[in-house]
Amino acid sequence: MSIALDVALTHLTSRKRQTFVSLTGVVLGVAFFLAVSSLMRGSEKDFIKRLVDNSPHITVSDEYRTAAVQPAELRWPDGAVAIAHVKPQNETRGIRGYRDKLAYIETLPGVRVAPFLVGSALLTFAGRLQAVTLTGVVPAQMKGVTTIEEKMVEGSLDALAANPNGVIVGRALADRFGLRLGSTLSVVAPSGGNRQMKVVGIFRTGNANYDLEQTYALLKRAQSLLDRPNRANRFIIQLDDPYGARDLALALEARLGYKAVSWVEASEDVLSVLLIRNIIMYSVVSAILVVASFGIYNTISTIVMEKTRDIAILKSMGFHARDVRNIFLIEGLIVGLLGSLLGLGLGVGLMRALAAVTVKPPGVTEIVHLPIWWGPEQYAMAAAFALGSCLAAAYLPARKAGRVHPVDILRGAT
Amino acid sequence: MSAVLKAEHVLRRLGGEVPVTLVDDVSLEIGRGEFVCIMGPSGSGKSSLLYLLGLLDVPSAGRILLDGEDTSSYGEDELANRRLAKLGFVFQFHFLLAEFTVLENVLLPMRRLGRLDEAAATTRARELLERLGVADQAAKRPSQLSGGQRQRIAIARALANDPLVVLADEPTGNLDSAAAANVREILHGLTHELGKTVVAVTHDPAFAAAADRRIGLVDGRLRTSEAAA
Repeated sequence: MSIALDVALTHLTSRKRQTFVSLTGVVLGVAFFLAVSSLMRGSEKDFIKRLVDNSPHITVSDEYRTAAVQPAELRWPDGAVAIAHVKPQNETRGIRGYRDKLAYIETLPGVRVAPFLVGSALLTFAGRLQAVTLTGVVPAQMKGVTTIEEKMVEGSLDALAANPNGVIVGRALADRFGLRLGSTLSVVAPSGGNRQMKVVGIFRTGNANYDLEQTYALLKRAQSLLDRPNRANRFIIQLDDPYGARDLALALEARLGYKAVSWVEASEDVLSVLLIRNIIMYSVVSAILVVASFGIYNTISTIVMEKTRDIAILKSMGFHARDVRNIFLIEGLIVGLLGSLLGLGLGVGLMRALAAVTVKPPGVTEIVHLPIWWGPEQYAMAAAFALGSCLAAAYLPARKAGRVHPVDILRGAT
Repeated sequence: MSAVLKAEHVLRRLGGEVPVTLVDDVSLEIGRGEFVCIMGPSGSGKSSLLYLLGLLDVPSAGRILLDGEDTSSYGEDELANRRLAKLGFVFQFHFLLAEFTVLENVLLPMRRLGRLDEAAATTRARELLERLGVADQAAKRPSQLSGGQRQRIAIARALANDPLVVLADEPTGNLDSAAAANVREILHGLTHELGKTVVAVTHDPAFAAAADRRIGLVDGRLRTSEAAA
């Protein structure tokens, strides 16, 4: 065993109580770091999972990211090209040739896609009116890309597939109109189309607006009602790997020409909020370790002050300043290592305890476990930060010890 | 007799608002195997001269030669290496490390130097303790020993790396007369039996009487340098 380690150990063991207190500081710091980090990251992952599960991974809509540019302007971007009195072509809105494009997307691996035609309509029932979003769907394909099936409280998507005149409405609308399964209501499209349709399903998502204003019908029926035959204006795509969404969206947009928005792009604001939240969280939990490092600074400073005679004799014996400095750095390192190790143990214990906690949000029947993230990098971060602050805290007193001039101490002693 | 320690016009001055001259133009030679006492009243610069000769302090002017080597250009680490290999120190207070056993204290300089392996160093440490009559105390802590025993252990530690010169600062200043006589005999024995050079600062006339040569200092200046009769 090296002398420095030997001396460092005797220093620490000769001041058991103080060593214990600074060690406890590090242990608690590391444990809280882990507990808070695992909870925050866990809730972040949980949030993103909900976000990813409940929103389309990629939405392709019948829009272009930029307005159409005249070919002449493209050919001579620097030229003095001026085109006046352009009369834009008036085409039926929707994705042109959607069947081919849909067929192409379906060939991609790990991808589920469903076509939608989203339009506006007016529902009337017993003299009451409600403007709604009427969405034409293909039930079989829709099941693969949305969770609406799980949200059905009465009826089902299959009933819609079986009944070409069926319509699925939200709970809020059903309550407002007093609708039940089998009720017949009248659907009026802005283009003048008008049809009696039968309620075959009622869903409840928990989103009040959605539950009031969202209505589903078969794609064919919606096409004829909205007077847009053979058109769909939206593809919703779900991926086996949601994190591939950004790349695939870019590829699709390049190939199809229509705007393809991934969930990453659509929730950029939320993701940046989560990032900022993480930064705040890590600053706060790191602050605990910084505070803990003051305990180490205090302990090692005290040891240096108490042991100036020992330092003087070691240096007069022929120890270098570096040897003496190492003794105290090793003391910081020992406290840091031991503190990290015990702290990781305690932290995992805390995480286990937190994972066992169940909460019941108001108005929700299912019991929810606190989301805990078990990712390995947080252990490394906690240990690295603990070691770093311990070494930093030990460095100042260690440097001071290295600078002790034996003659000053010997003069004072005699 | 070849000079093992040599001071040439050594001056040590402390800066500050009122500069203080601790050692003023001292030149002396100490031969191999000599037992030299530095004497003088309090504040005469005895200890300062000893620290300079022991390479613990650096002269403001002049130079110190150890074993023929000019040390004036050496940095802190090089001086430390010379102290480790060629010099041993005994102070008025024993300065043993309280948390280590007697044996471990004697082992420290050997472990730092690394010339001997663990087993050989332990053997040597036990021999030294034996020689100084404290072998039976090896496993004890310094706090369990008497003042005279501690000083003998400090001497054993000073001898650990087989130094050329042992420098002692008031080695008997804190001991009763019996223990002082014992330490004096031991240091005397080092020169005459082991051929070590001993340079000691002392107030103790009995101690001085045992020396081969006495060097007198007044106000940092050399006054007399008389050989023993």
